[in-house]
Amino acid sequence: MISIKNLNKSFLDKTVLTDITVDFKPGITNLIIGQSGSGKTVLLKSIVGLHNIDSGEIWYEDTLFNKLNFAEKKRIRSEIGMLFQGSALFDSLTVEQNVRFPLDMFTENSYKEKTDRVNFCLNRVNIINANSLFPDELSGGMKKRVAIARAIALNPKYLFCDEPNSGLDPLTAILIDDLIHELTKEYSMTTIINTHDMNSVIEIGEKILFISDGRKCWEGNKNEVLNSDCKPLNDFVFANSLAKKIKEAAN
Amino acid sequence: MIRFLSQAGLYFLFLKKVFSKPEKASVYYKQTMHEFVSLGLTSIGIISIISFFMGAVITLQTAYNTENPIYPKYLIGLGCRDSIILEFSSTVAALILAGKVGSSIASEIGTMRVTEQIDALEIMGINSASYLVLPKIIATLLFNPVLTMLSICIGILGGWVAGTLSGVITSENFIYGIQYAFIPYYITYSLIKTVFFAFIITSVSSFQGYHVSGGSLEVGRSSTKAVVYSSVLILMFNVILTQLLLS
Repeated sequence: MISIKNLNKSFLDKTVLTDITVDFKPGITNLIIGQSGSGKTVLLKSIVGLHNIDSGEIWYEDTLFNKLNFAEKKRIRSEIGMLFQGSALFDSLTVEQNVRFPLDMFTENSYKEKTDRVNFCLNRVNIINANSLFPDELSGGMKKRVAIARAIALNPKYLFCDEPNSGLDPLTAILIDDLIHELTKEYSMTTIINTHDMNSVIEIGEKILFISDGRKCWEGNKNEVLNSDCKPLNDFVFANSLAKKIKEAAN
Repeated sequence: MIRFLSQAGLYFLFLKKVFSKPEKASVYYKQTMHEFVSLGLTSIGIISIISFFMGAVITLQTAYNTENPIYPKYLIGLGCRDSIILEFSSTVAALILAGKVGSSIASEIGTMRVTEQIDALEIMGINSASYLVLPKIIATLLFNPVLTMLSICIGILGGWVAGTLSGVITSENFIYGIQYAFIPYYITYSLIKTVFFAFIITSVSSFQGYHVSGGSLEVGRSSTKAVVYSSVLILMFNVILTQLLLS
């Protein structure tokens, strides 16, 4: 479980996050939603330690993460997998080498054991016969899946996804959502996903945190999101006409 | 001034991060071997070509400017040798490498920064500065002296070819000239400068790439800055090192 308590973050004079308090439980897909510029990515990067926070607490189980030094954070980070918005695969490495990379860095396994693990992870995300391809030879959806394979290579306890559906067609986006959801259940991971894709919210939003102007505005799940009386949330969720029609039909 | 001091402070903090204990020696070893190829071996061609023609032009220029019969002809060979050893193969070659290697390092690391590849390394608990930069520094510190020695040999060869083919000097005179009053310390001086310059090129360019923020436009700017700052520092340290080592 990851617990955030009274988190504040600013860049120079600009306050980005104000007094965020939330718990993310394992085995369910936790979503952070909000408009572009609302502070979702800063929150996610603060949780994983890519940004230093101004005040507040970030707890990984019973460890106060934000007070640890780089060496101490390494232990927690070895249990973290992260899927970036642009996949962040290493350009100079093949698909296989990308997935093998964390295994090379953090395990003493034999070459065969590592290869077996790489193939297992790639098969798990349905990447077949692409081991020797380079990232620029892959489609957007394949890149995301390879990035997921790399993220789960070390059996992480925590999975972070920053807008996993951005730039993908609706069908591929659903596949990626389903894959993350399945893996979360399979490994009982604490998964946190940043998204503004309403389909993800409706399909896999077992816990949803809505952020507006850097503040926690609403918290609930996919069943509650459609019937909320939080105006900023409704403005966000029912921004397009299709969503409005769905709500009207539901009512 | 404050901006300069702030950048200098950031640079030294960056170096501290680069020289912290490596995560896994075997991975760093592989990475260093890879950098030997990408930063060292791929520079042999350009260094060879430029050295050959610089040696040739130094010989011809020296010959046309020492036509007075009181100067012995072998001075052309001596002039070619000393110009190449003292300045060309260390300083001018370093400026050329700042353009080739420096811009390549800055754009490679800068692209990794804007595409979040560096963040991905950090998330895995890897010291990204050390992982990306230390192998490059080690590779250039070890390989650039080899390039300098190669440049000296090819430069002198270029001088000999140009001198003898154009008829401004005989082969015997040129060979006598390059052996005349040879001071071996000049080679040491040249290699010491090369090591300093290699460090400047790699660390300054890596620093520029590592601290890119924004998009592809910024990557291009960081690449330009890497070449400009490396070149200025090389010329500045050339003066300082010459004063320290030859005075």
